[in-house]
Amino acid sequence: MKISKQEVEHVAKLARLELAEGEKDKLIDQLSNILTYVETLNGLDTKGVEPTSHVLDIKNVVRDDVSAPGLPQEQALANAPEKAAGHYKVPKIIE
Amino acid sequence: MELHDRTIHELRDMLEKGETTSRAVTESVLNRIKTVDDKVKAFITVTADAALAQADRADKDRKAGKASPVLGIPVAIKDNMCTTGTRTTCASKILGNFVPPYDATVVARLNGAGSVMPGKVNMDEFAMGSSTENSAFFPTKNPWDLERIPGGSSGGSAAAVAAGECIAALGSDTGGSIRQPAACCGVVGLKPTYGRVSRYGLVAFASSLDQIGPLTKDVTDTAIVMNIISGHDPKDSTSADVPVPDFTRSLIKDVKGMTVGIPKEYFIEGMDPEVDKAVREAVKALERLGAKVVDVSLPHTGYAVATYYILATSEASSNLARYDGVKYGFRAQGAKDLLDMYMKSRSQGFGPEVKRRIMLGTYALSAGYYDAYYKKGQQVRTLIKQDFDEAFKKADVIATPTAPTAAFKIGEKSSDPLQMYLSDIFTISVNLAGIPGISLPCGFTTGNLPIGLQLLGRHFDEGSVLRAAFAYEQATEWHTKRPKL
Repeated sequence: MKISKQEVEHVAKLARLELAEGEKDKLIDQLSNILTYVETLNGLDTKGVEPTSHVLDIKNVVRDDVSAPGLPQEQALANAPEKAAGHYKVPKIIE
Repeated sequence: MELHDRTIHELRDMLEKGETTSRAVTESVLNRIKTVDDKVKAFITVTADAALAQADRADKDRKAGKASPVLGIPVAIKDNMCTTGTRTTCASKILGNFVPPYDATVVARLNGAGSVMPGKVNMDEFAMGSSTENSAFFPTKNPWDLERIPGGSSGGSAAAVAAGECIAALGSDTGGSIRQPAACCGVVGLKPTYGRVSRYGLVAFASSLDQIGPLTKDVTDTAIVMNIISGHDPKDSTSADVPVPDFTRSLIKDVKGMTVGIPKEYFIEGMDPEVDKAVREAVKALERLGAKVVDVSLPHTGYAVATYYILATSEASSNLARYDGVKYGFRAQGAKDLLDMYMKSRSQGFGPEVKRRIMLGTYALSAGYYDAYYKKGQQVRTLIKQDFDEAFKKADVIATPTAPTAAFKIGEKSSDPLQMYLSDIFTISVNLAGIPGISLPCGFTTGNLPIGLQLLGRHFDEGSVLRAAFAYEQATEWHTKRPKL
């Protein structure tokens, strides 16, 4: 499976990655190789086989709806690259 | 023998008899780090002062009557497990300055049992890799041959244990990341059953595959650490609410009545003949110790790497979406708007392998490809799991090589991602099936590089795996060898 430059650019946008031209060319080759390898799976008949997303039979784990202590605001903000007035600060969103 | 070369159980006995102190053990380990880590490069962060304070507290607690097999024992932590107040980088620029405000459950349990943390150890960035060359900081070297890789992604954990820079370590294993480095560095590494150990506070790579486990100098130490870190945790909804046995009770010196399965699909062409020979010799040793050896078949083995690289990258692309430069981690400067800030922070913060896997996973999950890749991968996962279910009807444990070759040279596979992925060919199926697997030393190549034997068991039957591993280990001397540094 050969992946095109347009596809690499589209997927990068979905993944919120900005790629340099050199990175794109490399990824076209590497992803094409990996996808060709992955296509060996097409040789297997999986009609009617249930997909496995998780190996344990655990479903809908819930807890009682009672409040528990969380992180204090100061600690929650301690790792923020930018903060202001007790909030995370980000570049302007609304023009 | 220096204190730093000893095992947990040897030191426990010495500490209980008053023959040494935790301070002396911790100083021995910290001195060892000072002497050899400029060569091995296992540690990202050394927490010497905090470790000595923990050691003094352990010595005081012991005098006050506290007892625990890891009380006062230095255990290094892979840098993808959260440690309150100590930075947790995942060997990534994007988390380079991240200081967690909470402990991972495994860390809290070790602390509760009184162990000492000498520091945080290196890894492939976000645990993506098989050589620790993908660390954003520096590659770790194999203590047996400094020109070779220590394996990965828990390469720092394995190298630190082998070099005596800690007494034991925790690693994490998504496709072999505990077992393959254990094999490369000649130590013991166990990936427990999925759900056996809480993942709370482990930075997620592929949530349905990730599992934390010990890397130690022998099988007894693995059982000791498993007793401390195992068990249900309400903070991890995928941790299993099943009883935890005393794993040290599985340390029995024979395997009478046990059946060992040998899958022909794991003895392939292209495998190093010395590895093949060492593993076959190990199987013969198990037979001499009382096991019945039978052939089993795992027919879908050849599809495991392809399946893994769809499922693991898909989960990773979703898990790593959280790194956007807003709440924590690296934020790029000079962005013109919010979207631009996301794009620039992620592009500058992630290394090439992480980007490659995010791209692959995003592609596999994107519109039009979901059925062809992700769903197909999940269906093949079912077939791989069923292979093991069938095989374990005939065998109590399955014996295989851990990796097709001993440790390769630094740089040898870094330009070809697919070749690197194939070094996980014998470990990956185990994560897809969720079963437990151990790697332990079973010989050396003529170049004096360690070779790993892998033993696999049924879900939640770490006991049989540990028993077979212990019986083999006690009949051999490989675990007593230490690299010369």
